[in-house]
This record gives sequence, C-alpha cells and structure tokens, in this order.
Amino acid sequence: MDRLSNPGVRGRGIVSLSGVSPVGSDMSADRAFLSSRVLRRMAAVAALAGTAPLLGGCQVALLDPMGPIGAAEKSIILFATALMLIVVVPVIVLTLAFAWHYRASNTDAVYAPEWEHSRAIETVVWAVPCLIIAALGTVTWISTHRLDPYRPIASGEKPIPVEVVSLDWKWLFIYPEQGVASVNELAMPVDVPVEFRLTSSSVMNAFFIPELGSQIYTMAGMQSRLGLMASRVGNYEGFSTNYSGDGFSGMSFTARAMSAADFASWVKNARAAPGALTLASYRALARPSEDVKVRYYSAVAPGLYHDVLNQCTGGGPCRDAAMSLAMAKQALGANFSLCSPADPRGTP
Amino acid sequence: MLGRLTLDAIPYDNPIVMGAVLFMVVCALAVVGGISHFRLWRPLWSEWLTSVDHKNIGIMYIVLAIVMLVRGFSDAIMMRAQQALASDGGAGYLPPQHFDQVFTAHGVIMIFFMAMPFVIGLMNLVVPLQIGARDVAFPYLNSMSLWLTTAGAVLVNLSLAVGNFARTGWLAYPPLSELHFSPDVGVDYYIWSLQISGVGTLLAAVNMITTILRLRAPGMTMMRVPIFTWTSLCSSMLIVAAFPILTATLAMLSLDRYLGMHFFTNAAGGNPMMYVNLIWAWGHPEVYILILPCFGIYSEVIATFSGKPLFGYTSMVYASVCITVLSFIVWLHHFFTMGSGADVNAFFGITTMIIAVPTGVKIFNWLFTMYRGRVRFTTPVLWTIGFMVTFTIGGMTGVLLAVPPADFVLHNSLFLVAHFHNAIIGGVVFGCMAGFNYWFPKATGFRLDERLGKISFWCWLVGFYLAFMPLYLLGLMGMTRRLDRVDNPVWHIYLVVAMVGAGIIFCGILAQLAQIFVSVRDRVALKDATGDPWNGRTLEWAVASPPPFYNFAETPVVRARDAFWQMKRLGIAHRELPAYHQIHMPRNTGAGFIVGGFAAVLGFALVWHIWWLAIGAFAGAIVTAIAHSFNENRDYHVPSELVALTEARYLQKRLQEA
Repeated sequence: MDRLSNPGVRGRGIVSLSGVSPVGSDMSADRAFLSSRVLRRMAAVAALAGTAPLLGGCQVALLDPMGPIGAAEKSIILFATALMLIVVVPVIVLTLAFAWHYRASNTDAVYAPEWEHSRAIETVVWAVPCLIIAALGTVTWISTHRLDPYRPIASGEKPIPVEVVSLDWKWLFIYPEQGVASVNELAMPVDVPVEFRLTSSSVMNAFFIPELGSQIYTMAGMQSRLGLMASRVGNYEGFSTNYSGDGFSGMSFTARAMSAADFASWVKNARAAPGALTLASYRALARPSEDVKVRYYSAVAPGLYHDVLNQCTGGGPCRDAAMSLAMAKQALGANFSLCSPADPRGTP
Repeated sequence: MLGRLTLDAIPYDNPIVMGAVLFMVVCALAVVGGISHFRLWRPLWSEWLTSVDHKNIGIMYIVLAIVMLVRGFSDAIMMRAQQALASDGGAGYLPPQHFDQVFTAHGVIMIFFMAMPFVIGLMNLVVPLQIGARDVAFPYLNSMSLWLTTAGAVLVNLSLAVGNFARTGWLAYPPLSELHFSPDVGVDYYIWSLQISGVGTLLAAVNMITTILRLRAPGMTMMRVPIFTWTSLCSSMLIVAAFPILTATLAMLSLDRYLGMHFFTNAAGGNPMMYVNLIWAWGHPEVYILILPCFGIYSEVIATFSGKPLFGYTSMVYASVCITVLSFIVWLHHFFTMGSGADVNAFFGITTMIIAVPTGVKIFNWLFTMYRGRVRFTTPVLWTIGFMVTFTIGGMTGVLLAVPPADFVLHNSLFLVAHFHNAIIGGVVFGCMAGFNYWFPKATGFRLDERLGKISFWCWLVGFYLAFMPLYLLGLMGMTRRLDRVDNPVWHIYLVVAMVGAGIIFCGILAQLAQIFVSVRDRVALKDATGDPWNGRTLEWAVASPPPFYNFAETPVVRARDAFWQMKRLGIAHRELPAYHQIHMPRNTGAGFIVGGFAAVLGFALVWHIWWLAIGAFAGAIVTAIAHSFNENRDYHVPSELVALTEARYLQKRLQEA
C-alpha cells in the first residue's frame, strides 16, 4: 500500500492515500479501516476471478468507488457475477467431473452408447439459463434506466455544470458558472452533482474517471452528457478510453474532489491565472500536443463551448445557425442571411 | 507514374520493421529455393495453385491461417513486451506511431487472416465429405475465394515493407480514419485488404450454402445433417447477410478518403456514429461467424471420442439457429457509452444476454454427451474440455459486459480485451486446433503426433490464463486498452505476468509447428490406412485418408443421423461395390489464382494512387474471369476402371491393417 502513497506516481486509477484520508484522522484507526477494506476488496475480487493472491493489497478502482454512480455500478457487477456463478461453477465442475469419471479407462462407469436424449435434462438446461437471464434482464432494464448517464443525480445540492472538450491530446474543462477553465485538471466539490456536457474538437474520445463511475464518448459536432458525483475527497485519475491517435497514452487528467471551501479557493486561484481562454488561445490550445501540463484560464470567452460544439471556432458559420438558415430558406424560399443570437458573429 | 509511391515508403530507418521484412524475405527465399531444389514448381502449380478440389483448397486456407497466426502472434508479443517494459517508468522500445500500427495489425490479421481462413479452410475440407458430396457446388469460385483472401493477406504483409499500416485500431473508427487525421497510406492498406478478402469470404459463403442445401447425399434430411455442417451453414448465412455491410461501410469510407465525400467526416454533415453502427452491424455477426463452426467442431469431437451420439442434437440445431438470428440484433452493445437512451441500451443489453441461453444449452449438451460415455483423452478432446471451461468464463464476463451500467465502467478497459480474447482464443482458436488435430489424418493420411499436440495444448491453456487473467484484473483497476506506455509501477507486475503468459503461448505455437514437422517426418509410423482413425460417426470417415479426389466412389445413401456409425453397425461400411461408374469431375484452372494476383496488384495500385496500374489490374481480373467463362473444357469423366482400381487398393490396405 505504501508504494501507492508515493506522490510521484502518476498512475491511472490510483488514489493517493493522502487524498483519501480525512484530515486529522487517527493514523492507526485509518490503517485498520484500510486493511478491512482491503480484505473486503480481496473477497470481492476472489468471487470475480478467483485470483485473489495475485492482487496483494493494491487498489482496484472499480471495486473501490468514490461516488454513488461508481458504487451502484460496482454492486451491479458483483450481483450479476454472483448470479451467473450459480450456473458457471456447476458447469465447470461438471465438465471436469464428467470428463474424469467417464474416461475410457474407467470401465466401472456406466456406458450408454446410444443414449442421446432426455426430455427432463433438456428442459432443465433450457430453463435454468432462461431463468437466470430473466432475472438479470430485469435488473438490467431497471439499472440501465436508473444509471442512465443523462439522468440528473438526485441531491439536495444544486449541480455544477462543467463543459468538457477533448482535444488532441488533452482535456479542456470550462466552468460556465464560475467563468474559469482548466486543462487536464478537473476540480469538483464533494457531494455536489456535476453535470458534464461533452464534445470533441477532433476525433472521438471517451471521458472516464474510474473511481467515480460511468464513462461517455466525446464526439465532434455532437454533445453527450454525463452526471457524476464524488463523495470522498481525493485525487482520481481520469483519461480517455477511446484510442484517438499518437498522443492517446498521455491524455490523462486529475479529477480533484475537494471540500466546498477548497473548491472556492481553487476557483479563486484559477481566476488569478495569467491568461483568459479566448478564441485565439483556444485555437492555439487545439493544435495537437502531447503530455500537456495542467493550466488554468482566468476567464472564458462567452459562447466558446457553443462554438466548439457547433464547429465554428475556425471562423466559419456555426452549425446550428447554418441549420436554422437552411430551414428558414426551405420554409420561406428566399435567399437571405440570418442574424441569430446563437451566432453572434453573424453568418458570412 | 507511381502515384504516391516513392523510395521513402520503405522504412529503412526502422530496425524492427526492417528485421521483420528481412525475416519474411528469408522465409520466402527458403520456400522458393526449396521448391526449386526439389523440382516442385510443376506439381505446385498443377495440383495446388490451380486446384479446384475442396480438400486442397481447404488445406491451403489452413496453411494461410497458420502463417498469419505466426505474423499476428509476433504483433501480440511485441505489444505485451512494450507494455511490460513501458509500465515501470521506461519508454519501452516502440514509439506510439509503431505501437499503434502493431495493435491495429494484430486485430486485423487475427480476425480476417487467421481465424477466418482457418474456419473457412476447415469448412471447405470437411463439409462436402460430411454430406457425401464430390466437391462444393462451384469449385472454380472456391478457388477464386481462396486467392482473393490470400491477396488481402499479401497486401497486409506488404504494408510492413512498403509504406505503413493503419494506426486506427482494428475497426478504423472515423473521424480518426478519415484523410484529415490519417493522411498516410495505412488506412488505405486496411480498406483494400479487407475489401478484397471480403469479396473472397462472401463468395466462399455463397458456395458453402449452395453446397449444403443442394448437394447432400440422398436421405440426408436437414435434421440428419452433421452438426459441423449445420453450424457451417449458419455461419455462411451470417457471412452472406453481414459481409455486404462491411463492404458498403468500407466503400463509403474510401469515398470519403479518395473522392472527398462526407459520409463519416466531422465536417459537412458527415456522421461518424453511422460508421460505428454499421461496422458493428457487421462486426457482431462476425464473432458468431467464427464461433459457430467451432461449436460444430466441438460437437463432432466430443461425440466421436465419447463413443456416443451428440446429446440433444435437435436442441443443438435450434440453439445454432437462434444464435444466428439473435446475432443481428445485439450490435449496439459495443457502444453503450455513446449516449443512446436508456431504452435503447437496455434493449440491446437484454438481447445480448438472451444469446447466452442457446450458448449455455450447447455447453450443457456437450457435458451430457460425455455423461455415460467412454471419453478418450486425445488432443482434440483436451482442446474441447479446455474450451468448455475457458469459454464458460468468457461467456460470463461477456454477459457482465452486456449489462449497460457494468459496461459504463468496463468498456474499452483491459477487462474487455481479456473478455474477447477469452471468447476468441478459448472458443475459436481452441476449436480450430481441435478441428486441426481431428481432421488432419483425414486430410493427409497420417495422424499428428499426440505428445507434441498435448504439449501444445497445455502451453496454450496455461499461457492463456497467465496472459489474460491479469488483464481482467487490470481492467478492474481502471487500465484502458491501447496504451503504449503506462507509467504505473503497481500495474507493472501484472503486465509482466501477461507477457510471460504470451511467452508460454509462443511455446505452444512452437510445439504445434514441431508437431507438424515431426508428424510429417514420422508419417509412415503415424499412417492411417483405415480412413477411420478415431472410430468416427459421420461420412467423412467412410472414405480413405486422404480421400480420393472424387471423394465417394458411389454417393452414399443416408439412413440415420450418424450415417457412418449406422453403416458400421449394419456392416455395410467399406464394401466393395459390384460395379463402379464413371465420375464427373471439374478440371483444375489457373483462373482463380490469376484473378487473385490481379486483385493484389489492384489493391496495391489503389493504395498508392497508381491509377494506370489500378485500371490495368482491374481489367485484367475481369478479362480473366470472362475468358474463363468461355472455357468449355472445364470438366471430365473419371473412367470407371480407375475408380475401381483406386477403391480396390484402399480396401486391400484396410484389410492388411485389420
């Protein structure tokens, strides 16, 4: 476990322990808590893969979630696995047992060279998988709706919107309410739902923070949405799961879940950053680059995310405006230019 | 004159690539030298390259598959080595540009040029014999299918030496695969090698369907068709339904790349999501195209070596057909994380799980085939039992991934990578190996060495678990796929274990190659004079090993499900017939080989924009095919005396053996 707390480790899915431990907690109690957690984790993995000894005591991000979405997904993984083991374990045991018992050299075993059909057995072998799949299907239907990434997370707190742009090869986070932006660092207060709206500047990527749960694709010209919430303070690594070219392996960011006060000071710190995210600085940022360091922007040009989403940061007509224009032309049959509030620069 | 092709296309500066190219050249020279030394050019041309005999074509498909297995495995071990080396702070030995080509080539080669030719090769070899036919329905088309597939494989290998291969992942998702983001020839090699081999695969399936539906021996009703033939039929139906989707999708991508269209681009109204849907509408059935015939192989092997008929034949047939149909309504489970609504995700999750029902039934049926049997632990049986255990685990993780909320965290992780290798190695590769060991004596007339076969099996099995169980765990730890460096000391050990596993699989492959070598060397001792070395149940064992080129001297009459078993019981197997008739057979033709050659040149010319050559090669292929259609001299009759002589010799040898 100690190796994990090494702050120099930049690992995916690794939580630095200093981030996990509540400030001022008793060290020995903390250690006892951790070891029991390790035990639970090991038991869970043993159920999953039967290879617990391999694991030692390291962190298994998906089985050690730090937010309600990840926790719900973990319980579904464990439930589904347990349900399937009801049939998987007997099948494996019977395969080996039958093969051994009915080996050719064992002449004591019954040999029925013409036996090929049994209505009872066939009924059972169709019925058992059907029942298990019926149970799992029901769980699937319910949980898929409950954990739909687009569904707002129930919470007393007002959600924080964050606009996410995947660039070649880094992540841009825009905080429309706070008026700041950051590259490769995502700050979020704990126990407050974060509503992500995501798009891509170029190729497809996928936004994923294993400790917090669900991932979602980012695609140019399209917006996807995702709701996540962290319930414990810590630094969690996020990254792209969808291969996107040469710089893909370095396309990671830190998701920093912090207290409300820390978040306020994070925003304050960002506001004090040297540059603002203007259209020009966005264009510079969008040029392909690898292993990009964290940086902050003190302000964000209004409508920047809209322009990225509508593919008009290059200066051309925004997609939504172009579409409105096309529809208007179709409806009115006239050739005119449109002044849309969604397209402040006007269509050329 | 040469389009985009210049001398710069050859990666002189890359020692790894140049080493591989040198190795290929040395191998090719050794083969050419060997053929010249033993004066085999003429027999090679007249008995193999121009052959329309389904057995020879099947064998050539399998040779292609084994060669490409070695190539694809080299990619695999390079990836494992890179991740093991580059997970402890090091940079590894492969830059991303190279690593990305390696994982793309690995996927493409293993699916299209290893698994597909292996499965289609076994289908070719066995199906006509199992149904009592003299050949497939369209022998010349069969030859052309083989050579088109080979042309695709040649293009993929050529990309190593001239230019580069795609750096997009094996399905080449746009917009990354569009010209704007992948301006070099890699994606073009990808497109044309798949297009050319795809046509070959489609034609092979048309041939197989026609053969199974039209050329069955009298008395072989559909419910008496051997299970391997049934699953080959299902698989061929899937090919015919699914491959045109692949062809159309890749054609649209090439229109984007070559003619500046906008099907899947970011700009001008293109939509990459359409590509992802279309490619998986082919891609998911493709999984079942590969696995279904392997299910058939396991069924044949387990019944033969348990000395019992297959348990629940009817269930097995219905289960196969269910899988065939269901495989078309599950494709969206490959991208639950694309933002579809909960209804859509849940629908596709549940349809995916439903496939587990017929698959589960199959596993139970194999179990109960062993029940009250006399199981002989030959190499094919070891592969089958290894499959039943391994595939059950792979199936379980597959169903887990079909639950959308679970997939939301497992998608694109190493858990997913472990799952599909679990299903494809544990299902398809094990099946092909079982079939290879099972039918080898039928194809060649001598058995494979059992000891080396078992060593190979154990290496593969142990190697598989060592290589992929750590990947399941890494997936749970949050490691995603396709990383050329990891920089995480905690994961290092798992990646090292996985590399050791790959090394053990390599020993398995070496043992297999040694098995072939030793068996050829000891072919006299391993000879199968009976034609029925395993006490088989289906018609392929009713003829000599290797079968005479006309397969059956007289078309057998089928009266039961396990036709040959019943003949043996009734004492009417291996009878000398009172009289033999002349047999109508197709003549060999070089047309298929020549068309394949033109297709390879066409693909190369299109990749490099050498338009005059592309037009020439296309015209050459078309003219060859048309010219062949005017060839009236394409069949002949084997005189009855020759048939009588061949059969008498075989029966005499059998008697001596007995």
